[in-house]
Amino acid sequence: MVDILFYVFAAVAIGSAFGVVLARTPVGSLLFMVSTLASVAATYVLLEAHFLAAIQIIVYAGAIMVLFLFVIMLLNLGHEYRRDLKAPLAMIPAFAVVGAMAGFIARVFRATDVGAGMMTEAGRGIDAALLEHGAVGAIAQPLFTDYIVHFEVTGILLLVAIVGALALAKRSV
Amino acid sequence: MITEALILSAILFVVGTFGVLVRRNAIIMFLCIELQLNAVNLAFVALSRLVGIDGQVFVFFVMTVAAAEAAVGLAIIISIFRHYESVDVNNFNLLKW
Repeated sequence: MVDILFYVFAAVAIGSAFGVVLARTPVGSLLFMVSTLASVAATYVLLEAHFLAAIQIIVYAGAIMVLFLFVIMLLNLGHEYRRDLKAPLAMIPAFAVVGAMAGFIARVFRATDVGAGMMTEAGRGIDAALLEHGAVGAIAQPLFTDYIVHFEVTGILLLVAIVGALALAKRSV
Repeated sequence: MITEALILSAILFVVGTFGVLVRRNAIIMFLCIELQLNAVNLAFVALSRLVGIDGQVFVFFVMTVAAAEAAVGLAIIISIFRHYESVDVNNFNLLKW
Protein backbone atom coordinates (compact mmCIF):
# COMPACT_ATOMS: atom_id res chain seq x y z
CA MET A 1 0.00 0.00 0.00
CA VAL A 2 2.74 2.43 1.03
CA ASP A 3 4.76 1.48 -2.04
CA ILE A 4 1.79 2.09 -4.37
CA LEU A 5 1.20 5.50 -2.75
CA PHE A 6 4.90 6.32 -3.16
CA TYR A 7 4.82 5.50 -6.87
CA VAL A 8 1.63 7.57 -7.37
CA PHE A 9 3.17 10.62 -5.69
CA ALA A 10 6.48 10.10 -7.49
CA ALA A 11 4.65 10.05 -10.84
CA VAL A 12 2.76 13.25 -9.94
CA ALA A 13 6.02 14.90 -8.82
CA ILE A 14 7.88 14.03 -12.05
CA GLY A 15 4.92 15.00 -14.26
CA SER A 16 4.53 18.36 -12.53
CA ALA A 17 8.30 18.92 -12.67
CA PHE A 18 8.09 18.61 -16.45
CA GLY A 19 5.08 20.94 -16.25
CA VAL A 20 7.23 23.55 -14.48
CA VAL A 21 9.78 23.43 -17.30
CA LEU A 22 7.32 23.32 -20.20
CA ALA A 23 4.33 25.44 -19.09
CA ARG A 24 3.54 28.39 -21.35
CA THR A 25 2.79 31.02 -18.71
CA PRO A 26 4.81 31.82 -15.55
CA VAL A 27 1.67 31.34 -13.44
CA GLY A 28 1.17 27.88 -14.96
CA SER A 29 4.78 26.99 -14.12
CA LEU A 30 4.22 28.17 -10.59
CA LEU A 31 1.06 26.10 -10.08
CA PHE A 32 2.86 23.00 -11.40
CA MET A 33 5.64 23.79 -8.90
CA VAL A 34 3.12 23.86 -6.05
CA SER A 35 1.87 20.45 -7.18
CA THR A 36 5.46 19.11 -7.22
CA LEU A 37 6.10 20.49 -3.73
CA ALA A 38 2.89 18.90 -2.40
CA SER A 39 3.76 15.47 -3.82
CA VAL A 40 7.33 15.69 -2.50
CA ALA A 41 5.78 16.55 0.90
CA ALA A 42 3.67 13.40 0.58
CA THR A 43 6.82 11.33 -0.03
CA TYR A 44 8.31 12.95 3.09
CA VAL A 45 5.32 11.60 5.03
CA LEU A 46 5.90 8.14 3.55
CA LEU A 47 9.57 8.42 4.64
CA GLU A 48 8.35 9.24 8.19
CA ALA A 49 9.56 12.86 8.15
CA HIS A 50 6.23 14.35 9.23
CA PHE A 51 7.58 17.65 10.58
CA LEU A 52 9.43 18.38 7.33
CA ALA A 53 6.32 17.51 5.32
CA ALA A 54 4.36 20.12 7.29
CA ILE A 55 7.17 22.69 6.88
CA GLN A 56 7.35 21.93 3.16
CA ILE A 57 3.65 22.72 2.75
CA ILE A 58 3.61 25.76 5.06
CA VAL A 59 6.92 27.43 4.15
CA TYR A 60 7.56 26.28 0.55
CA ALA A 61 4.12 25.89 -0.98
CA GLY A 62 2.63 28.52 1.31
CA ALA A 63 5.13 31.33 1.75
CA ILE A 64 7.83 31.07 -0.95
CA MET A 65 5.45 30.22 -3.80
CA VAL A 66 3.13 33.09 -2.80
CA LEU A 67 6.19 35.38 -2.92
CA PHE A 68 6.91 34.18 -6.47
CA LEU A 69 3.25 34.64 -7.46
CA PHE A 70 3.29 38.12 -5.94
CA VAL A 71 6.33 39.09 -8.03
CA ILE A 72 4.80 37.62 -11.22
CA MET A 73 1.65 39.65 -10.62
CA LEU A 74 3.64 42.77 -9.65
CA LEU A 75 5.69 42.64 -12.86
CA ASN A 76 2.52 41.82 -14.87
CA LEU A 77 4.02 38.71 -16.49
CA GLY A 78 0.80 36.69 -16.27
CA HIS A 79 -0.10 36.86 -19.95
CA GLU A 80 2.84 35.78 -22.05
CA TYR A 81 1.34 32.99 -24.11
CA ARG A 82 4.39 31.81 -25.97
CA ARG A 83 7.00 29.56 -24.45
CA ASP A 84 10.23 31.47 -23.88
CA LEU A 85 12.66 28.68 -24.74
CA LYS A 86 16.23 29.50 -25.68
CA ALA A 87 17.44 29.53 -29.29
CA PRO A 88 17.84 26.01 -30.83
CA LEU A 89 21.64 26.39 -30.89
CA ALA A 90 21.67 27.05 -27.15
CA MET A 91 19.58 23.90 -26.59
CA ILE A 92 22.42 21.60 -27.72
CA PRO A 93 24.67 22.26 -24.68
CA ALA A 94 21.57 22.04 -22.45
CA PHE A 95 20.74 18.56 -23.75
CA ALA A 96 24.42 17.58 -23.57
CA VAL A 97 24.72 18.67 -19.92
CA VAL A 98 21.45 16.98 -18.92
CA GLY A 99 22.37 13.77 -20.75
CA ALA A 100 25.81 13.68 -19.10
CA MET A 101 24.24 14.26 -15.66
CA ALA A 102 21.63 11.52 -16.20
CA GLY A 103 24.28 9.10 -17.38
CA PHE A 104 26.55 9.88 -14.43
CA ILE A 105 23.71 9.43 -11.90
CA ALA A 106 22.67 6.14 -13.52
CA ARG A 107 26.28 4.91 -13.24
CA VAL A 108 26.43 5.87 -9.55
CA PHE A 109 23.18 4.00 -8.85
CA ARG A 110 24.42 0.89 -10.66
CA ALA A 111 27.79 0.97 -8.88
CA THR A 112 26.60 1.44 -5.28
CA ASP A 113 23.97 -0.65 -3.58
CA VAL A 114 21.95 1.84 -1.54
CA GLY A 115 19.79 0.09 0.99
CA ALA A 116 19.95 -2.00 4.12
CA GLY A 117 23.73 -2.44 3.70
CA MET A 118 24.34 1.25 4.45
CA MET A 119 22.23 1.23 7.64
CA THR A 120 24.11 2.68 10.65
CA GLU A 121 23.40 2.68 14.37
CA ALA A 122 21.94 6.21 14.21
CA GLY A 123 19.72 5.13 11.33
CA ARG A 124 18.30 2.29 13.38
CA GLY A 125 17.72 4.69 16.28
CA ILE A 126 15.59 7.11 14.24
CA ASP A 127 12.33 5.26 14.80
CA ALA A 128 12.97 5.07 18.54
CA ALA A 129 13.70 8.82 18.60
CA LEU A 130 10.47 9.52 16.72
CA LEU A 131 8.51 7.40 19.19
CA GLU A 132 10.16 8.97 22.23
CA HIS A 133 10.16 12.69 21.29
CA GLY A 134 7.47 12.88 18.59
CA ALA A 135 7.90 14.21 15.06
CA VAL A 136 8.88 17.75 16.15
CA GLY A 137 10.92 16.82 19.20
CA ALA A 138 13.09 14.35 17.30
CA ILE A 139 14.36 17.21 15.08
CA ALA A 140 14.33 19.87 17.81
CA GLN A 141 16.61 17.80 20.07
CA PRO A 142 19.70 17.87 17.75
CA LEU A 143 18.72 21.29 16.34
CA PHE A 144 18.98 23.03 19.73
CA THR A 145 21.95 21.05 21.07
CA ASP A 146 24.44 19.91 18.38
CA TYR A 147 23.46 22.49 15.75
CA ILE A 148 22.74 25.53 17.97
CA VAL A 149 25.53 27.65 16.39
CA HIS A 150 24.27 26.88 12.86
CA PHE A 151 20.77 27.74 14.02
CA GLU A 152 21.83 31.17 15.28
CA VAL A 153 23.85 31.85 12.12
CA THR A 154 20.73 31.00 10.08
CA GLY A 155 18.87 33.66 12.06
CA ILE A 156 21.53 36.25 11.15
CA LEU A 157 21.33 35.11 7.51
CA LEU A 158 17.57 35.71 7.47
CA LEU A 159 18.08 39.20 8.95
CA VAL A 160 20.68 40.01 6.28
CA ALA A 161 18.30 38.67 3.60
CA ILE A 162 15.48 40.94 4.82
CA VAL A 163 17.75 44.01 4.76
CA GLY A 164 19.21 43.02 1.39
CA ALA A 165 15.83 42.39 -0.23
CA LEU A 166 14.53 45.75 0.99
CA ALA A 167 17.64 47.61 -0.18
CA LEU A 168 17.53 45.95 -3.63
CA ALA A 169 13.81 46.35 -4.30
CA LYS A 170 13.64 49.94 -3.06
CA ARG A 171 12.71 52.41 -5.77
CA SER A 172 15.50 54.95 -5.22
CA VAL A 173 18.84 53.79 -3.85
CA MET B 1 11.68 2.73 -0.77
CA ILE B 2 14.92 4.63 0.04
CA THR B 3 16.45 3.70 -3.32
CA GLU B 4 13.27 4.74 -5.15
CA ALA B 5 13.24 8.07 -3.29
CA LEU B 6 16.87 8.69 -4.29
CA ILE B 7 16.04 7.90 -7.92
CA LEU B 8 13.05 10.30 -7.75
CA SER B 9 15.37 12.94 -6.30
CA ALA B 10 17.90 12.41 -9.12
CA ILE B 11 15.15 12.70 -11.78
CA LEU B 12 13.79 15.92 -10.20
CA PHE B 13 17.30 17.39 -10.04
CA VAL B 14 17.99 16.64 -13.72
CA VAL B 15 14.59 18.08 -14.77
CA GLY B 16 15.37 21.22 -12.73
CA THR B 17 18.78 21.57 -14.39
CA PHE B 18 17.13 21.18 -17.80
CA GLY B 19 14.68 23.96 -16.93
CA VAL B 20 17.47 26.33 -15.84
CA LEU B 21 19.37 25.70 -19.08
CA VAL B 22 16.41 25.88 -21.46
CA ARG B 23 14.12 28.70 -20.31
CA ARG B 24 14.80 32.42 -20.79
CA ASN B 25 12.36 33.85 -18.22
CA ALA B 26 14.43 34.68 -15.13
CA ILE B 27 11.57 33.86 -12.72
CA ILE B 28 11.04 30.38 -14.23
CA MET B 29 14.80 29.72 -14.12
CA PHE B 30 14.60 30.65 -10.45
CA LEU B 31 11.66 28.27 -9.93
CA CYS B 32 13.71 25.49 -11.51
CA ILE B 33 16.55 26.22 -9.06
CA GLU B 34 13.99 25.77 -6.26
CA LEU B 35 13.10 22.44 -7.89
CA GLN B 36 16.77 21.41 -7.67
CA LEU B 37 16.92 22.45 -4.00
CA ASN B 38 13.84 20.32 -3.39
CA ALA B 39 15.40 17.31 -5.10
CA VAL B 40 18.42 17.61 -2.80
CA ASN B 41 16.10 17.90 0.21
CA LEU B 42 14.39 14.68 -0.83
CA ALA B 43 17.76 12.91 -1.04
CA PHE B 44 18.63 14.20 2.47
CA VAL B 45 15.32 12.93 3.90
CA ALA B 46 15.70 9.53 2.21
CA LEU B 47 19.27 9.10 3.49
CA SER B 48 18.26 10.22 6.99
CA ARG B 49 16.45 6.86 7.24
CA LEU B 50 19.88 5.24 6.98
CA VAL B 51 22.29 7.57 8.78
CA GLY B 52 20.22 9.30 11.46
CA ILE B 53 18.11 12.40 12.05
CA ASP B 54 20.92 14.86 11.11
CA GLY B 55 19.79 14.72 7.48
CA GLN B 56 16.41 16.13 8.43
CA VAL B 57 18.09 18.95 10.39
CA PHE B 58 20.05 19.81 7.23
CA VAL B 59 16.79 19.92 5.26
CA PHE B 60 15.50 22.41 7.81
CA PHE B 61 18.54 24.64 7.19
CA VAL B 62 18.26 24.24 3.40
CA MET B 63 14.64 25.41 3.57
CA THR B 64 15.60 28.52 5.58
CA VAL B 65 18.39 29.37 3.15
CA ALA B 66 15.97 28.79 0.23
CA ALA B 67 13.52 31.27 1.75
CA ALA B 68 16.28 33.89 2.17
CA GLU B 69 17.54 33.20 -1.35
CA ALA B 70 14.04 33.54 -2.83
CA ALA B 71 13.54 36.93 -1.14
CA VAL B 72 16.89 38.35 -2.31
CA GLY B 73 16.68 36.81 -5.80
CA LEU B 74 13.18 38.14 -6.42
CA ALA B 75 14.30 41.58 -5.22
CA ILE B 76 17.13 41.46 -7.77
CA ILE B 77 14.66 40.42 -10.50
CA ILE B 78 12.37 43.33 -9.55
CA SER B 79 15.20 45.86 -9.76
CA ILE B 80 16.34 44.38 -13.11
CA PHE B 81 12.76 44.63 -14.40
CA ARG B 82 12.65 48.31 -13.40
CA HIS B 83 15.73 48.91 -15.53
CA TYR B 84 15.02 46.80 -18.65
CA GLU B 85 11.19 46.40 -18.51
CA SER B 86 11.71 42.65 -19.06
CA VAL B 87 12.81 39.51 -17.20
CA ASP B 88 14.22 37.81 -20.31
CA VAL B 89 17.81 36.78 -19.50
CA ASN B 90 18.89 37.49 -23.10
CA ASN B 91 18.51 41.21 -22.33
CA PHE B 92 20.87 41.18 -19.35
CA ASN B 93 24.27 41.45 -21.00
CA LEU B 94 26.09 43.80 -18.64
CA LEU B 95 28.25 41.01 -17.18
CA LYS B 96 28.75 39.12 -20.46
CA TRP B 97 32.15 39.15 -22.09
